[in-house]
Amino acid sequence: MVTPAQPPLLEAVGISKSFGPVEVLGDINLSLAPGEVHAIIGENGAGKSTLMKILAGHLPPTKGELKLDGKPVVLAGPVDAEARGIVLVHQEILLAPDLTVAQNIYLGREVRKGLTLDDKAMNKGAAEAVRALGIDIDPTTVVGRLSIAQRQLVQIARALLVPHRVVIFDEPTASLTLTETDALLRVILDIRKKGAAVLYISHRLPEVKEIADRVTVLRDGKLITTRPAEGLEAVDMARLMVGRDVAKLYPDRVATRAVDYALEVEGMNVPGYAHDASFKLRQGEILGFAGLVGAGRTELLEGVVGLRTSHGKVRLNGKPVHFVTVRDSLRAGIVYLSEDRKGKGLLLGQNLGINLTLAALGQFVRGLRIDRRKEAKALDASIAEFDIRTRNKDLLAGQLSGGNQQKLLLAKMMLLNPQIVIIDEPTRGIDIGTKEQIYKFIAELAESGKSVIVISSEMQEVIGICDRILVMRNGRIVGEVSGNHMTEDEIVVLATGVTSREAASMAEQA
Amino acid sequence: MTDTTSAAPLRRSWRDIDLRAVAPFVALALLLVLGSFVNPNFLGLDNLSNVLTRSAFIAIIAVGATFVISAGGLDLSVGSMVAFVASLTIMFLNSGMIGNPFLMLVAAMLLAMGIGALCGLANGLITTVGRIEPFIATLGTMGIYRGLTTWLSQGGAITMRQPELQQLYRPVYFGKVFGVPFPLVAVALSAIVGAFVLYRTAFGRHVVAVGSNEDVARYSGIPVNRVRNVTYVIQGLCVAVACLLYIPRLGSTSATTGLMWELQAITAVVVGGTALRGGVGRIWGTICGAFILEIVGNIMLLSNFVSEYLLGAIQGAIIIIAMLVQRSLVRRS
Repeated sequence: MVTPAQPPLLEAVGISKSFGPVEVLGDINLSLAPGEVHAIIGENGAGKSTLMKILAGHLPPTKGELKLDGKPVVLAGPVDAEARGIVLVHQEILLAPDLTVAQNIYLGREVRKGLTLDDKAMNKGAAEAVRALGIDIDPTTVVGRLSIAQRQLVQIARALLVPHRVVIFDEPTASLTLTETDALLRVILDIRKKGAAVLYISHRLPEVKEIADRVTVLRDGKLITTRPAEGLEAVDMARLMVGRDVAKLYPDRVATRAVDYALEVEGMNVPGYAHDASFKLRQGEILGFAGLVGAGRTELLEGVVGLRTSHGKVRLNGKPVHFVTVRDSLRAGIVYLSEDRKGKGLLLGQNLGINLTLAALGQFVRGLRIDRRKEAKALDASIAEFDIRTRNKDLLAGQLSGGNQQKLLLAKMMLLNPQIVIIDEPTRGIDIGTKEQIYKFIAELAESGKSVIVISSEMQEVIGICDRILVMRNGRIVGEVSGNHMTEDEIVVLATGVTSREAASMAEQA
Repeated sequence: MTDTTSAAPLRRSWRDIDLRAVAPFVALALLLVLGSFVNPNFLGLDNLSNVLTRSAFIAIIAVGATFVISAGGLDLSVGSMVAFVASLTIMFLNSGMIGNPFLMLVAAMLLAMGIGALCGLANGLITTVGRIEPFIATLGTMGIYRGLTTWLSQGGAITMRQPELQQLYRPVYFGKVFGVPFPLVAVALSAIVGAFVLYRTAFGRHVVAVGSNEDVARYSGIPVNRVRNVTYVIQGLCVAVACLLYIPRLGSTSATTGLMWELQAITAVVVGGTALRGGVGRIWGTICGAFILEIVGNIMLLSNFVSEYLLGAIQGAIIIIAMLVQRSLVRRS
């Protein structure tokens, strides 16, 4: 699809960006041709998001200039960029939860009929926009009732509604399932066919491999290379991103042979989410929970630890227990790390120390007072142990990159010295270098005799690190795979309930 | 982000100071300068100590409000609560149930604290167990406490009737400790205890966590409702302390006692730099905010160019200006 003869649509010439004395982007040259899918890859903190924001007018560059159709432009802001046909699909969900799908899609650009709104036209337009993405959502549904994945797609539909020439996707598939990802990739190819340029940021290298025409690698704010995607394998991309060989993402493990069960759950019901779920977790085992987004995995385990109302039997080390609130399960040595790091895991507006000791504050109290020196020591220790990369220990948690936030959350919960660790989406939105560290850490936990439950929508991940995988569909545990049966095919069949042939073709596309 | 952990310099320069925390004190200093220009008597020890003594009620109540607001709550009932608690306390003092005046006074004080704590607990339980927005819940109890006071006083005043007790109680407002008016000592003690609890104890940390993000607090195993309830109880106790200073001042309450004090207390808290959405609490800023409110009134009184009838308008303007200043002082990192 790349025709070098064509003049670039959008061009970045020597773009640099500094925040205070810190240069986060240095001398970036990038061009986007019409009808091209250009992928940008790099570790967290490599400067991808900053580059996106500059290209979409959210941030002005410190140095360098942007050219649109060969002419220098200064983007006054995102609205100006949109008027020029440059749209950005954010990674975060930026929708009003109390408005309907159609109202959100047309927010700020409502269709009017005289003095009043033309809801009929907007609902119709929204339905079409959503259907174009290959999903079926009633445009009059309130957004708050949609799943995260559906919201993401609504957001994409909203972005694509305006006339666009350059579409920038910032990790759009981070919360999507296989089928949804597939639908989205088709949409992207469709946009390309219509002659627009697509800039695509993703951590999922196989996806990049599948749709990108060219790949640009950023590392530490510098542009490492721009290459045609053809002949560039995922492994090569990973090596370029990290700057060293990523020999193996998943650590070697020997599955536990322990016979004792750390946790036994029987007939667990979480009203509205999970029904009659039973499972057992061995000591030193890594147990995976796979399934589509919305299958009830998160809710089931939140029910088990007392974060949600639930009914069922739970035995801890053989003894019956009942967790009314999460405080009970924390005290019993079970920690749950939420998939929603920013909303439920960390206080983004508070500093690292406060976040680190929050769950285990009791350990840091002497008499009535909090022992701040002990807190500071614990922070130093955690920064070293978990390799939390921060330029300053006084930083707020919200100022860390996603990977470092996850490490901080891990450090926070490990202060409780738990026996059972439940990690929900351990590497969502995290770069490959950090992923490797987190997988290694999970393996070490199991090796030290702790039991781990990993909930993940990334099948590679559960297959790579788990000893055994339970698959959920529509709130029920529908199957278990282990050993040689831990393949994407088997999991997809269980997760979707479709026949193996359909599943095989789906898995192939993934 | 990708830069590795540097051996962070522990040296603190003036750049590290959070301007938002300092702003109220700068404003207070500027007001003092302004006041001395307006009237040379302003900076006199007598005038200043009078002014600050008058601010004691609001300052102490606002210490409690700092806890409630830091935890993401709000209490609109404190003004009515002052009237209610003070009225009940005076009625108890008039009842003559205990013969010994000193014991009577001690019992009355304990009773006031108990009633204040219960009033606060009621507010807390309505918002936590009843799951009603704090604004609405305390709007309701504001009406209830005020209405009960009006009923108790039958629309009139409730006045201390025993001169002996009045004489014994008088120093609590009018007395001095080492030359410092007793109410100011009470303000200082409240602030010191408040600051210790908020900044140094696990409970204080929990308050800030709940106010920052309730979900994170819950997932971290913090008893969110209990923390909220305790902040309202602290608020009730602060109101009771304010009442104990208030009663000897006039020896009387009426249906209008403490009217609009809730707004003054909230203004003091916000002017002092505490975030109304929760998650940041500044006890010393709150005290500063309460002083600012009273000093502005005093300057207007001493000056001749602004009518003192505009006091409410000026105080309203202060809260807006304070918010604008806070907004413009972005935290440096």
